[in-house]
Amino acid sequence: MQSQNSNYTSLDDITDPRAWVAQHADYLYKYALTRINDEELVRDLVQETFLTALERLQKFEGKSTEHAWLTAILKNKIVDVYRKKASSFVKEPAVTFAEYETDDFFEPDAHNWKPDHRPAEFGMEQTDHLESKEFELILQRCLKKMPSLWFSVFTMKHLDDEPADTICNHLRISPSNFWVIIHRAKLSLRECLQKNWI
Amino acid sequence: MDELTKIAYNCKKATYLIEKQHIGEITLREKLELKIHLAGCRVCRIFQQQSTAINRMIKNMFHQSVAGNIKLDDKFKDELQHMIDEQLEK
Repeated sequence: MQSQNSNYTSLDDITDPRAWVAQHADYLYKYALTRINDEELVRDLVQETFLTALERLQKFEGKSTEHAWLTAILKNKIVDVYRKKASSFVKEPAVTFAEYETDDFFEPDAHNWKPDHRPAEFGMEQTDHLESKEFELILQRCLKKMPSLWFSVFTMKHLDDEPADTICNHLRISPSNFWVIIHRAKLSLRECLQKNWI
Repeated sequence: MDELTKIAYNCKKATYLIEKQHIGEITLREKLELKIHLAGCRVCRIFQQQSTAINRMIKNMFHQSVAGNIKLDDKFKDELQHMIDEQLEK
């Protein structure tokens, strides 16, 4: 016990685990909550992040900040969640339905827009509508409606700006599948916004 | 249908290329195809504007929510603190 405590002492300058909760817990919680839509699971992930960090404490050399280090551990755990779901994604009924739905936006032969699904200007093209709480709520609701595979791909790309091949590896999907998902996710999100905003 | 007409009609392909170009790369030929299509298709030009706006808004929204006021409840924080203290004393 004595020897271990002295080991921690050598780390004291760069990190103090006893202050982690006060300094980082809220941020880690928010970080995960924007990426995974499940509060219970997110709390578990925050807890696991601290446990993993404690296990690896001796390997933390202070090359990155404590904040960046903890966030990186959490991020890996989020990707693990995405990946675990990925195998069941393939058969996810929501995906099949959403694919069918977005195909239905276009005429079967020439692939031009069907009249009912044509994008129309709805006043969000030039200015940010984020000041409008109402629009933000609609955007959030539309994001939540996405099949979870699409949401994972979408989040990794648009939020974390991961390269396409990294996302494909993490989620074990093919590059062509990746682009199809990016395309369809946007089609369906845009349609959802138009339907609910106008 | 000749090649040009096909390009002019194919909004599905054009929107695919818009998305692909936005976050990755498309070939020169694809760029040309997209240009030709967009020159004649107002609806896809609207799609392109909206798609860019959506990307920007989503980024902003996520950044705001990370900067926002959501907090873990104190009870759970106490549990986390207790867990860390226990681990350190092992």
